[in-house]
Amino acid sequence: MIDVSAPPRPATAAPPRRRRGLDRRHVPVLVTLGLLIAMYATGVGNYENFSDTQVLLNVFVDNAFLLVVAVGMTFVILTGGIDLSVGAVVALTTVVAATLLDAGWPAIVVLPLVLLMGTVLGLGMGAVIHYFKVEPFIATLAGMFLARGLSLLINRNSIPITDPFWTAMAQERIRFAPGVFISTSVVIALVAVLIGAFVLAYTRFGRTVYAIGGNADSALLMGLPVGRTRIAVYTVSGFCSSLGGVLLSFYMLSGYSLHAQGMELDAIAAVVIGGVLLTGGSGYLFGTVLGVLVLGLIQTIITFQGTLSSWWTKIVIGILLFAFIVLQRLVTRRAR
Amino acid sequence: MSDRPILEMTGIRKTFPGVVALDGVDFRLFPGEVHALMGENGAGKSTLIKVLTGVYGIDGGDVRLAGEPVHFAGPLQAQQAGVSTVYQEVNLCPNLSVAENVCIGREPRRLGRIRWAAMRRRAADLLAGLDLDLDVSAPLHSYSLAIQQMVAIARAVDPAAAPATRPQPEASGRGSRVLILDEPTSSLDASEVARLFEVIRRLKRDGVAILFVSHFLDQVYEIADRMTVLRNGTLIGEYRTAELPQMELVTKMIGKELTVLERLDDQTRHAAAPGEPIVAAHGLGRTGAVAPFDLTIRGGEIVGLAGLLGSGRTEVARLLYGADRPDSGRVEIDGRPVTLRAPRTAMHHGIAFSSENRRTEGIIGELSVRENIVLALQAARGWARPVPRRRQDELVARYVKALDIRPADPEIPVRNLSGGNQQKVLLARWLITEPRLLIVDEPTRGIDVGAKAEIQKLLVELAGGGMAVLFVSAELEEVLRLSHKIEVLRDRRLVEEIENTDGVDADRIMQTIASGATP
Repeated sequence: MIDVSAPPRPATAAPPRRRRGLDRRHVPVLVTLGLLIAMYATGVGNYENFSDTQVLLNVFVDNAFLLVVAVGMTFVILTGGIDLSVGAVVALTTVVAATLLDAGWPAIVVLPLVLLMGTVLGLGMGAVIHYFKVEPFIATLAGMFLARGLSLLINRNSIPITDPFWTAMAQERIRFAPGVFISTSVVIALVAVLIGAFVLAYTRFGRTVYAIGGNADSALLMGLPVGRTRIAVYTVSGFCSSLGGVLLSFYMLSGYSLHAQGMELDAIAAVVIGGVLLTGGSGYLFGTVLGVLVLGLIQTIITFQGTLSSWWTKIVIGILLFAFIVLQRLVTRRAR
Repeated sequence: MSDRPILEMTGIRKTFPGVVALDGVDFRLFPGEVHALMGENGAGKSTLIKVLTGVYGIDGGDVRLAGEPVHFAGPLQAQQAGVSTVYQEVNLCPNLSVAENVCIGREPRRLGRIRWAAMRRRAADLLAGLDLDLDVSAPLHSYSLAIQQMVAIARAVDPAAAPATRPQPEASGRGSRVLILDEPTSSLDASEVARLFEVIRRLKRDGVAILFVSHFLDQVYEIADRMTVLRNGTLIGEYRTAELPQMELVTKMIGKELTVLERLDDQTRHAAAPGEPIVAAHGLGRTGAVAPFDLTIRGGEIVGLAGLLGSGRTEVARLLYGADRPDSGRVEIDGRPVTLRAPRTAMHHGIAFSSENRRTEGIIGELSVRENIVLALQAARGWARPVPRRRQDELVARYVKALDIRPADPEIPVRNLSGGNQQKVLLARWLITEPRLLIVDEPTRGIDVGAKAEIQKLLVELAGGGMAVLFVSAELEEVLRLSHKIEVLRDRRLVEEIENTDGVDADRIMQTIASGATP
């Protein structure tokens, strides 16, 4: 037994025997949760009807696609990477889906096809990042231009979707009570979140994602499949982007090359506000869900307020981002 | 010890751009022995280990494990074949829990789902086998380096690491057949080393073949059965520890007689009286780092900072260099009060600081030797006044020669150099700025005897030339040998200042470290 209490040993070397009280890893998520509750309370206190259950559910309905995209982004950021292509892949997905449906292809073919397309794009970027040792920032920036350019090439204009399956998905409501409902997209998004959370917490792949974010060199020397995992997270993100694109096309019932402009930044913001460390290795998917809800709630409050320009959404997000990045610094600095 | 080697490497050859790292090296390892791999920095020890574990490919020769030729494509394959490594710097993931660090990559699973409870139990069991009782669900970074090292060993000896024993991992003690310990003791204190050696002996009894690399000769003689000596990438020989006296070993390692060290001793103790105070700290301190202290460093004087790991040695150095901001006290340089707001200010006042973490805070591996050396000088001049290339070449050539940096090619990337030579590059970087106070934090850690002696000699010469040196080291012997004055730190407090006169020895210092200032 190493005697940690013997006098000649420095105090700093003594390991904390048992965790006391709060786990520091949970602090950022708890802060976000507190913020969310405070924002909701502010809304309820200031605006009539804000307390309606449907107001909260609409935050989910209006942000289901962002939630799915943010799930993929969480995987990527946990490895210490970044994926700038997600917004463009979302747009490309809507355009390709709309074009094919317009040409009379059946939904049963189009749906898997567009999902596969996003997945392959992600796989490609992951492979470039791994095999050619390209910075994720640059590789996915290229992917972003490629996907956005492709969608503009296919069609500059908004293409309406009239396919019966798509319209059914758009209109289908899961009702809990009169006037209290969610869309099928919300269900799909929540399933994606649950699967993602399970994978991150309970599979070897998920834990390797965290290990890479902690120290990629160590992970390699520990014999973990670093390359394969790194490619896989971009593939996951590609898949999530195209799934997000499908949900967005349900929501909009159109395909448009200018859909989802800047969504990559919203997704990154949601992940960071949700307490995932930008350098990787720390954070939870649950935090990302809270991050998306925070972004959605800001929009809701500004809508309720009525007189503020919608650009205030951006300003508030900006301030929150700053605050959370500073918070991350403080938490990690004390951890070192 | 059996008579058939578990591992046999013959005629290994490995080259890097501009460097032949290994040239026809043979190496044998028997089950149940501790075999020390000896050599100076740059002799090829690390390269041989990386070749063995599949981190590097080889350009010639072959590797046999239990008689079968093997060719590992990476550490994972090596691990699966039963060859595990614990590296000098702890190579684990600080953000993950202790349990995960022990088990990740081979977690107990059911249908692909990690069984967290079982994993925590297994990690706790393995650590208990090393007599460690830790909270295995706490993140690794909440433990000290020494504990992290033990966790790394627990990971390496996990019986589940070798697939042959996977059906019943609990049943057998033989996980790894070959365990490589690369400088495992460099950040441990004496009691932790003793603890580690117990673990090593236990593994040895279980028939594990252990390759041990350390710069501490006493430790090697305590634990190793046999040793293989390398020099400049070539094999010098294989010896039984009992049959090779320590002096002879050193001679074989460096290829020349080692007399520098003995001569140094008297030089410092009887050196001329130091000059005027260059830097004086009064009540300088920082909450949580080090309690307020007074310290005066004079020109021509070597001041040693002694104390245990974490006693505040580095913190004192960082305050004097302005790397951390003090929250009490003041600093005087040449008798005038100054505020050291940042390292830049300190540099302007002629203070240079060579960090203990040469890998993360000092050396920039991708840049060449020349670029690394010129860095500080350029920073001191400001970006608007580039150092002319001719002057760069001239200065660099001078210091490469003076410090005997090898290979003597200023244009190769620093990462291709050995640890000792990297340290010399770091020293050259600061010497080139002609500082008045040179702060060196652990300049000799992890480098070999020959290079160590050279760096010590260099510091003495610099002080002889009127420079003030603040020398921080964990090795008491070294502090005693070099310093005129020794400042002893204990629990983040400067407890005593000792003039290093003839009567002072390691016991005297240890006493202060252990019990505080003597009355």
